[in-house]
Amino acid sequence: MNAVLKPFDDTESMSQVLAQTAEPVLDVRGLDIRLPAGGDRLLAVQGASFTLLPGQTLCVVGESGSGKSMIANAIMGLLPRPLVEPVAGQILFDGTDLLQLNESQLRRLRGQRMGMVFQEPMTALNPVMRIGEQLEEVFDAHMRLGAAEKRQRILAALVDVGLPEPERLIDSYPFRLSGGQRQRVMIACAMLLEPSLLIADEPTTALDVTTQAQILKLMRDLQRRRGMAMLFITHDFGVVSEIADHVVVMQTGQVVEAGPAQEVLRRPQHPYTRKLIAAIPNGAPRVAQAEPDPVHVLQVQDLCKTYVSGGSLFKRGREVVAADHVSFELRRGQTLGLVGESGSGKSTVGRCIVGLAPFESGRILFRGRNLMSGAALRQQAKGKIQMVFQDPYASLNPRHRIGPTLAAGPIAQGVPKAQAMARALELLQLVGLGPEAADRFPHEFSGGQRQRIGIARALAMEPELLVADEPVSALDVSVQAQVLKLFAEVRERFQLAMVFITHDLRVAGEMCDHIAVMQRGQVVEYGPTAEVLARPQHPYTRTLIDAIPRLAAQPEDAP
Amino acid sequence: MSLPSKNSFWRRYRRNRGAVFGLVVLLLVALLVAFGPLLASHDPWDMVEQPFLQPGQTAGFALGTDTMGRDILSGIVMGARISLLIGVVSTVVSLLIGVTIGALAGYFGRWVDATLMRFTELFQAIPSFALAIVLVAIFEPSVKSIVVAISLVSWPPVARLVRGEFLTLRQRDFVAAAQLAGQSTPRIILTQILPNAASPIVVMASLMVATAILLESSLSFLGLGDPNQMSWGYMVGAARTVLRQAWWMAVFPGVAILLTVLALNLVGEGLNDGLNARLDGRT
Amino acid sequence: MLTRVAQGLLALMLIATVNFLLIRAAPGDPVSVMAGEAGASDAQYVAQLRREFGLDKPLSTQLGTYLGRVAKLDLGYSYRQQQPVLKLIAERLPATLLLTGSAFALSLLFGVVLGAMASKRVGSWLDSAITVVALVFYAMPLYWLAMMAVLVFTVQLDWLPGFGFFTVGSDATGLARAWDIAQHLVMPSLTLALFYMAVYARMTRASMLEVAQMDFVKTARAKGVRPGRIQRSHILRNALLPVVTLAGIQAGGMIGGAVLTETVFAWPGIGRLMFDALLQRDYNLLLGCFLVTAAVAVLFNLLTDLVYTLVDPRIELG
Repeated sequence: MNAVLKPFDDTESMSQVLAQTAEPVLDVRGLDIRLPAGGDRLLAVQGASFTLLPGQTLCVVGESGSGKSMIANAIMGLLPRPLVEPVAGQILFDGTDLLQLNESQLRRLRGQRMGMVFQEPMTALNPVMRIGEQLEEVFDAHMRLGAAEKRQRILAALVDVGLPEPERLIDSYPFRLSGGQRQRVMIACAMLLEPSLLIADEPTTALDVTTQAQILKLMRDLQRRRGMAMLFITHDFGVVSEIADHVVVMQTGQVVEAGPAQEVLRRPQHPYTRKLIAAIPNGAPRVAQAEPDPVHVLQVQDLCKTYVSGGSLFKRGREVVAADHVSFELRRGQTLGLVGESGSGKSTVGRCIVGLAPFESGRILFRGRNLMSGAALRQQAKGKIQMVFQDPYASLNPRHRIGPTLAAGPIAQGVPKAQAMARALELLQLVGLGPEAADRFPHEFSGGQRQRIGIARALAMEPELLVADEPVSALDVSVQAQVLKLFAEVRERFQLAMVFITHDLRVAGEMCDHIAVMQRGQVVEYGPTAEVLARPQHPYTRTLIDAIPRLAAQPEDAP
Repeated sequence: MSLPSKNSFWRRYRRNRGAVFGLVVLLLVALLVAFGPLLASHDPWDMVEQPFLQPGQTAGFALGTDTMGRDILSGIVMGARISLLIGVVSTVVSLLIGVTIGALAGYFGRWVDATLMRFTELFQAIPSFALAIVLVAIFEPSVKSIVVAISLVSWPPVARLVRGEFLTLRQRDFVAAAQLAGQSTPRIILTQILPNAASPIVVMASLMVATAILLESSLSFLGLGDPNQMSWGYMVGAARTVLRQAWWMAVFPGVAILLTVLALNLVGEGLNDGLNARLDGRT
Repeated sequence: MLTRVAQGLLALMLIATVNFLLIRAAPGDPVSVMAGEAGASDAQYVAQLRREFGLDKPLSTQLGTYLGRVAKLDLGYSYRQQQPVLKLIAERLPATLLLTGSAFALSLLFGVVLGAMASKRVGSWLDSAITVVALVFYAMPLYWLAMMAVLVFTVQLDWLPGFGFFTVGSDATGLARAWDIAQHLVMPSLTLALFYMAVYARMTRASMLEVAQMDFVKTARAKGVRPGRIQRSHILRNALLPVVTLAGIQAGGMIGGAVLTETVFAWPGIGRLMFDALLQRDYNLLLGCFLVTAAVAVLFNLLTDLVYTLVDPRIELG
């Protein structure tokens, strides 16, 4: 696949040339950032040091809680002082220690010499201010310019970041733009005055895979053209592979490894780095089953569902076709991957299958039996179709202890309480948590642990079909790998049929026997995993595969 | 560490000094209500002394007397009972109405929500005090009619709050999981969703008692109070025409209302602080 | 917009129906309710009413008749005052609008300013002072505050007139008369405003603190935007949205509160009229006042909705 060969060498040589001649744009030395009392540790960041030369991209990689965002905020002076404060070290920006500057001096640098792009595009723009005005205020904050010239430069900036119809955009409000478009606007704002440093704090994490690829390309292009330095925060090593010259790996506030990106990726030294790289699903397809089970656990035929939104008593709202004649089938012990981006309808199909959402037409057959739609489906299935949800923080009732939560299902089906509680304890053990977990509340557990509890809850009903709706998307990479492993174990042990919904083709590749790719409610490609990944037929599938931030090099020492 | 245990709740509550002050005042009022008859040396309706006695002038009449020679202090003590009684009872009734409507609207959504909310909005469009006046006037003032009137005008904000909470909570995956487990709808509403909506409802309840007391006193001021009950509002109303001669008739009952309502508001804020634990464990 | 107006009219119709039902539901003969205490003793008047309202006809016809009369702005007759209800109300309405209008403007203006000031200096003595003062005024019965104001400013200090619309017996005209009215307006307007000022101040403060935490404020800071502009264009502009909504809801309360203020200050408005009607057990007049009060409140709600659509670009008209 040509996706593996990235135009890497260009950036490398140019940055090498720049590096030989220039002073570092950013030089962080021994930075300590203190957290308020009562946090899980004293220092959010401890002894962080790294250098960034002009024209280069440095990626700071780490999982949640590693302190990587803190560093970005500290550089811009945006930490919530006095709660969170830098207490030691220096941040040298073009030779000046930013930590010694007062707010007024920092303000002058912000937006002009250093720009920042944030993670969540949907809330990053003022909802009641027009786009043009939000760009204009960058000028107004730092200089006096005539209205005509401002407008001209704003239009040019919008074109530069690849936004269509800039004339109309200037007068629009943010709510008319998609996530990717808003992110482009943010980049335009940050780059408007041609800063020498651009800080990007996970700018693509909240975006679709294809949009992510586009934004990454945009940022790479802009950087190359303007020759600025970029500090890129991310948790995804694939992204690192695509854009970084240098990389710094952080774990619980400390820098555990640093060096040229290619080096670190090929020959990771620190065990944590190795663990992170190994945890990335590599998309190696699952070994096909020897003999497929003859029983069709699930057959979906021509499933259709339309959402009507924004209606009122008097007016019919907008219609969105979420599922458009979706068909697939699943045998016992097999796993089907439903892959697509947001809006593809994959979650809707999942919810129709378990009976959480009614559907208009089509058939869902469970063990050959035609199921009704919605609540009736749940009744007919008698709890044998279960779901594992995406958000570990919303899938458990915060006011109920774990034991009763796990037992609630069987009890509702008529199982005596004592028996249900005993089974709950068994299941907790199965998913790797001790029996004392039954007396605790959800907030005492981490995200990964909560997902395990979610799996245990689903298993308590002794299901035959399990639908997993993006079960690992909200988890850190290292935790993801563990939970996926648990899924595989559980599937093996109970010979479950599974529908695995995900936006990540790599995960689908690892977990699923078959893949159905969905786009705008339709299944555009459907077949065995190996086939779909190696010889994609549909152009959208190819786009998806290309968009995956890929490790251009494989680590030499496989664990 | 377990869920908002009593310890962590009190710790957070105590941090709000105003809330502690409010609680102290409320306890005093509660004591007054409980042991009032022992403290008040006279029946507030008895004309026991000269009219227009100034406060502190005569022993045993610390706050003076009114136009008919009735003891102001006794009036205030007895007034506490009726104010709190009406305040609490009408709040309970309001909550029953509002929580039910809000829960149904928020849980079932779509046309159920639309209809119930239209109904609620229509109700809210009517100026509540004016409606209360009309209701009490037409049905003859009594404790019962006052409680009904106050309840009927106070439930819409509760309904909106509960609806909002239910709409949000309804979307949470743990509700979907409960449905998949086969739990019945009433069970889900009562055991899954309601406990999570409890905190804002409790906070609102304390504020509602405060509003109810203000409403009741306003009605009594206008002469729409229960004629058999000496309420604070009535006392202030009686002072209106003789303000020049007897300022104490208006000041003391008014201060009593002010302190009680203020205390309830402060306690409400304290409850808000105390109950707002981060239940999801996110930092 | 049209749907909103339609909804408003529907609300009014429903309120009128509520009126109708209340008369019927009251203890005693509906005719004596309508005639009022005074008119009930006049047998001839009662008989006339009985015929007019067709009390022998079925309930639905009666409702239709009643709604028809209301639509034609016929709100009945006050026997006690020997005038049509509508005329009485029309005479008093301007005074009430003047009072509530000025109070509304004052409360909103000062409330927002004080709330914004408090939010900018959280934890300072100014913030604590504003918060405490707001809390106290929020807990104060409106009529009591009015009486205390009269006690201090009229009885003790004799700075401001405490009663009426203008000085009785004076025949000042034009500017002098306006000044006279203004002097009489100060206390009632301010006392009515103070309670709601507290409400808006607290809401503004809370809203601004909440908005200040939002992501787009951080983006603005990252762009290097000056703090003054961030306060105005980013924080305030967004924080005011819930305040506008609140103002719409509170306006209804303010009109109700006018009853208390007008009673204490003998201000010749609808509120005072309602109080008199209460004293005289003149239910026809009372219900007429109620209907008009509700109509004004509904109108006000519509206006606030309109303002909200202008202020928040995400909400479309209609």
